[in-house]
Amino acid sequence: MIVFENVGKKYPNGFQGLKNVNLKIDQGEFVAIIGLSGAGKSTLLRTINRMHDITEGKLTVDDVDVMTLSGKSLRSFRRKIGMIFQSFNLITRTTVINNVLTAFVPDMSWFRSTFSLYTKEQKLKALECLDKVGILDKAFVRADQLSGGQQQRVALARTLAQNPQIILADEPVASLDPITAKSVMDDFKRINETMNITILINIHHVDLALQYCTRVIGIRAGEIVYDGPAKDVNDQVLQEIYQGAKEEAV
Amino acid sequence: MSLANICIQLLEGLGVSVNIFIITLLFSLPLGLFVSFGRMSKNKVLSTITKVYISIMRGTPLMLQLFVVYYGPYYLFHMKLNPTYRNSAVYIGFIINYAAYFAEIYRSGIQSMPVGQYEAAEVLGYTRSQCFRRIILPQVIKRILPSVTNEVITLVKDTSLAFSISVMEMFTKAKALASSQTSMVPLIVAGIFYYVFNFVVAIVMDKLEKSMDYYR
Repeated sequence: MIVFENVGKKYPNGFQGLKNVNLKIDQGEFVAIIGLSGAGKSTLLRTINRMHDITEGKLTVDDVDVMTLSGKSLRSFRRKIGMIFQSFNLITRTTVINNVLTAFVPDMSWFRSTFSLYTKEQKLKALECLDKVGILDKAFVRADQLSGGQQQRVALARTLAQNPQIILADEPVASLDPITAKSVMDDFKRINETMNITILINIHHVDLALQYCTRVIGIRAGEIVYDGPAKDVNDQVLQEIYQGAKEEAV
Repeated sequence: MSLANICIQLLEGLGVSVNIFIITLLFSLPLGLFVSFGRMSKNKVLSTITKVYISIMRGTPLMLQLFVVYYGPYYLFHMKLNPTYRNSAVYIGFIINYAAYFAEIYRSGIQSMPVGQYEAAEVLGYTRSQCFRRIILPQVIKRILPSVTNEVITLVKDTSLAFSISVMEMFTKAKALASSQTSMVPLIVAGIFYYVFNFVVAIVMDKLEKSMDYYR
């Protein structure tokens, strides 16, 4: 369970990224975070795995106060939280399977990790994760030879390999075409439903958000302006979130 | 003196040149990596020191640096060093000079890595050293290899600068033979040897580059 209590974030340059955020997200929810660029969607997401520090309030994940973590405890905390990026962030010069195997490195000894000595179980697990996102046949292809949608699936498989309880996805489909975006969203949905992993997704496509996610959080200028079921989101709500920029929202 | 004789003498010198070449690479490649860390360090003192060091190494002639390393201990500190110090002086001079060049090459490679690569490693729970060793460095090596090849080829030719402090490497020998025989032949033969040496280096580096198309 992720709990935000009066969370605020002020950047060192004085910019208020988040203001008085109160949220409670249960295990297994599929949440879309929508809002204009610069509204604070990424900031919100990145405070959860402490890629960004909060400056006010309290943020707990499974009763662990995120701001108390550092060094080793922070690293093992991050192992439980997967993150997906808009630009995939794969090692493009190596194979798909090697990319997925990188998820195991933090648990390996110096010697084994330096010489890439993965165990048989790790290799099988990596293949299993690729199978879960439907690209098992690409395991030995170089990552940069895949399409955008396939690369995002590799990133998803890499995240699954770390057995996360939560997946944070920062604009995962923003650089994909509409059809591919849908199929990647299908993957997220399947993972959410079959593995009971909490998924928080930052997304610009409102139609996709409403279609796939069960809960929508609208954010404007660092403040939560809507938090409720996706089915209750109407034009008025969208107008509130996007401040009258309705054409963009549709 | 026959051509065969000249070749044998020059090959002896080539042995010394190859020695300088190998020792320089062996030490300056790792040293350069640490210098590049210093250069990119957030510690102002450390980064300024390495910046000045790199600036001097790149801004003054290698031949002058060899003189300073070889004669410096005597003229500056009145240390009496035996003549075998000559070889050490060459190694030291070459290593510190080349480390500076390699450091800048490493830096260009490391700074060209997208920030997303660090972020992805961070969210997977990597330590900074795991991230550098497993994610950044292998990609950096692949990226900088063409620039390193350039520098390595220059090094082959630069070994002839050891001539300036009378180390018996190939160029010194060729020069001596040319004067004693009053002939251009030793110099031409030496030129051919340098060319072949570099030809081999280029082939090896090319192979290395191809083999790294898939790293690991």
